[in-house]
Amino acid sequence: MEPRQLLVYFLRETLGLTGTNVGCDTSSCGACTVMVDGKSVKSCTMLAVQADGSEILTIEGLAKDGQLHPLQEAFRQEHGLQCGYCTPGMIMASLGLIESGASLEEKDIRLGLEGNLCRCTGYQNIIKAVQSAGETMRAPTSA
Amino acid sequence: MAQDSQAAADGGVGTLSGTSVGMGAYIGSRVLRKEDPPLVTGHGRFVDNLVLPGMQWVVIVRSPMAHARILRVDVSAALQMPGVTAAYSGADLASEWAASLPCAWPVAPDTKIPNHWPVATDKARMVGDAVAVVVADTREHAVDAAEAVDVDYEQLPAVTSIEQALADGAPVIHEELGDNICYRDLKIANGDVDKVFAEAPVTVKQRYYHPRLIPNAMEPRGVVVQPVPITGEVTMWSSTQIPHILRTLLALTLNLPESKFRVVAPDVGGGFGSKLDVYAEEAICLAVARRLGVPVKWIEERSEGYLTTIHGRDVIQDMEVAATEEGRLLGVRGKVYCDMGAYCQLVAPGIQVLGATLFAGVYSAAAASFECTAVFTNRTPTDAYRGAGRPEATYAIERIMDALAHRLGKDPAEVRRINFIPPFSQPVANVFGALYDSGDYEAGLAKALQLSDYDSLRREQADRRQRGDTKQLGIGLSTYIEACGSAPSRGFGAVNFGAGGWEAATIRCLPTGKVVAVTGTSPHGQGHETSWSQIVADALGVKFEDVEVLHGDTAISPQGLDTYGSRSLAAGGVALQKAADKVMAKAKRIAAHELEVAEEDIEFSEGALRVRGAPDKSRAIGDIALSAFLAHNLPDDMEPGLEESALFDPVNNTFPSGAHVCVVEVDTDTGLVDIVKYVAVDDCGNIVNPMIAEGMVHGGVAQGIAEAQYEEATYDEDGHLTSANMSAYLVPSAADLPSFVTAHVVTPSTSNPGGWKGVGEAGTIGSPPAVVNAVVDALTPLGVTNVGMPVSPERVWRTIQDARAGSGAATEGGQG
Repeated sequence: MEPRQLLVYFLRETLGLTGTNVGCDTSSCGACTVMVDGKSVKSCTMLAVQADGSEILTIEGLAKDGQLHPLQEAFRQEHGLQCGYCTPGMIMASLGLIESGASLEEKDIRLGLEGNLCRCTGYQNIIKAVQSAGETMRAPTSA
Repeated sequence: MAQDSQAAADGGVGTLSGTSVGMGAYIGSRVLRKEDPPLVTGHGRFVDNLVLPGMQWVVIVRSPMAHARILRVDVSAALQMPGVTAAYSGADLASEWAASLPCAWPVAPDTKIPNHWPVATDKARMVGDAVAVVVADTREHAVDAAEAVDVDYEQLPAVTSIEQALADGAPVIHEELGDNICYRDLKIANGDVDKVFAEAPVTVKQRYYHPRLIPNAMEPRGVVVQPVPITGEVTMWSSTQIPHILRTLLALTLNLPESKFRVVAPDVGGGFGSKLDVYAEEAICLAVARRLGVPVKWIEERSEGYLTTIHGRDVIQDMEVAATEEGRLLGVRGKVYCDMGAYCQLVAPGIQVLGATLFAGVYSAAAASFECTAVFTNRTPTDAYRGAGRPEATYAIERIMDALAHRLGKDPAEVRRINFIPPFSQPVANVFGALYDSGDYEAGLAKALQLSDYDSLRREQADRRQRGDTKQLGIGLSTYIEACGSAPSRGFGAVNFGAGGWEAATIRCLPTGKVVAVTGTSPHGQGHETSWSQIVADALGVKFEDVEVLHGDTAISPQGLDTYGSRSLAAGGVALQKAADKVMAKAKRIAAHELEVAEEDIEFSEGALRVRGAPDKSRAIGDIALSAFLAHNLPDDMEPGLEESALFDPVNNTFPSGAHVCVVEVDTDTGLVDIVKYVAVDDCGNIVNPMIAEGMVHGGVAQGIAEAQYEEATYDEDGHLTSANMSAYLVPSAADLPSFVTAHVVTPSTSNPGGWKGVGEAGTIGSPPAVVNAVVDALTPLGVTNVGMPVSPERVWRTIQDARAGSGAATEGGQG
């Protein structure tokens, strides 16, 4: 591995996990967001070698046994995506937000997803999707 | 939610005339998207995901200067770098080009189209102009080698604004053209405008400036080319809106046999017009792959794209209206200056003309004129960006209607109301002669005012004004109209556009009962697979899940004119409907034959072909498809198979309209603008999928607010883009935008049998004047009559200071 290789390119080009997208070169857009040891991280801000020994969860690991994760299902139900390019990063950032225990009031979700850009949806349905998934994920019956 | 039910109730089952459809089981319903499962699980098929055996990386060396003579390009050191396969100067590749990169719209008789070679040889005319190409085995090797290319430049003075391009003695960017004028004073007019203005009791004039905008589709552009040297076949995957147009135009540019050239637009991550172009990088990858006989890949870096992917807008407008003392419009006069940038991209010269006949908006007037001059500067080329010409026209008329209302001391809603073209359901000519298809502008405004609680907003505004609140309330209206559908073909011919307005479709009924629908449209977020499935399922009486929509590959969908200008439903959706009609006509004959009744006795009801009066005697379309496949018992002289194609050429554009209300709080101490309420009422005709239509409105309004409030591409005096990357150019995040209240009024379009108008750009067209009108409205008590876009805190604060100082700046230029 080249020491200068970014985590996102290691995921995409070395491992062939192309679900994580690259949308910019200034760590502005968040399309490359993944979970690193349980926290959402823009994988263009990290060298692959820095992730040595870490547990990485990408969008490909979210659905289990053919069942969409509640966030994936909510993005679909609430029409939280159009072109879908920002979506993997947006879902992983939302996962980080929900799992952090943050408030899921509209204004808090808007602030919490500030690092992820979408050009298609105007965000309104993304907010609805995160609220809906958050309710499902935080419900007592949820594992 | 009220707005959702409103949308569903109003935009429900289409009133289709002249076609066999109308069951409406799917059309008009909130059907979830077929596109979503792969996209939410990371299985999108974007260009950058494609890896081919032996594939080489292309990296392009670009000019760091806006205007410079290229004295020498030395690639010899780059060729010695690890992993490098090839390196080329512009001169090395010159023999590859059979023609300059195309511009398909020389809109005015005097339009001058400069040569635009994929790799520059004599001069660089903008920062980012390609000057050399490096090919290597990995991305990293190619990037390293590009840095080893040695280029000598002689810097020349740069032209960095429209005013500078027009000035006497300005440096000439394309010497062969003599000056920096692309075309001058293109005029579209009706009536004696000068007389109307000379005699009018009231005239209002303002200057508006539309900042340069960077489209920022979330997926950067990318190209992969795979040649088959022994046969001459070439396949290109490109992140494009226009695979069909690309195929024809790149075949001409590189002298490729079009028949051996396949273009694929796989999943495309947004476009907004920025992927409606024939780009240098597509030509370069084709040329390099042809030379080397191996697959190549180029993926745009975002900051690279800021220089080389088209920008939008950058237009100056001098807008005037003439009116009576009561505020009745008499005349409209718009004079427009627009920047092509360094070259003419695909449709750039015609963009402002797309809005020309909309300069009087939804209002009656006796006379109107539009005049446009286009120039070249040493900046990134502009071209169609979401709305393309219609946001500009809408901004001009909707801003000046508010200015007229303020001048007369009247409510902007009232001034609009007395000038509306009255409700109509058959085509009505506007002052320029454009035939509006249908509309009810009063109904849209009434609904928007009601949803925004307009009267109580005005009361609160009065209270705040009276107590001198530092947070003033502003209410901005916009009753917009736009033109969609890019039609008809003859009309395109009349304005010298290099393509028609038709669209193609094929419906193939498979023997197992499944249906393949092939479309010439090329979606990149619009959800065509879903909406087109709804149309076909209703038309044939099959299940939504049994329809597979194929698109975006010239080998699969050989005919089409792609997706731009909100044309896909009004042209491509109708083409599918027409193909379905042909399928049903043949199916009826087969059903009649099998059921031993006359063809006239067969009707399509409840999803099947049934004998009139004996509905139990029936055939589903799947049964007929199997019969047509087996061909054991078909009517005499009938060909086997159940597959039909149609091309639809719309008779007219469609004209979506609507009313937007934006409510802002402006902090008069800091200039900060906060949108506290946004209502968008749109009339996009009949609606196929209300969920998708609402999503389009959300995204469109967000992009229009972005234009009005946040975004501006800026350059220094040497022609360097100073908003050079995504951290310097403010693409709004969720935290920067409000929620929107949306609703619809429906007047079915008369331009197509579906009654469909289109909704892809409406939000972006309607919203900027609503936002800026709201800011001006908030600051009217301070003497402000105009403020420029974007309404950033600094610009608003300066405008307030100028107004308080009594300077004319706040009331004249408005460019802050």
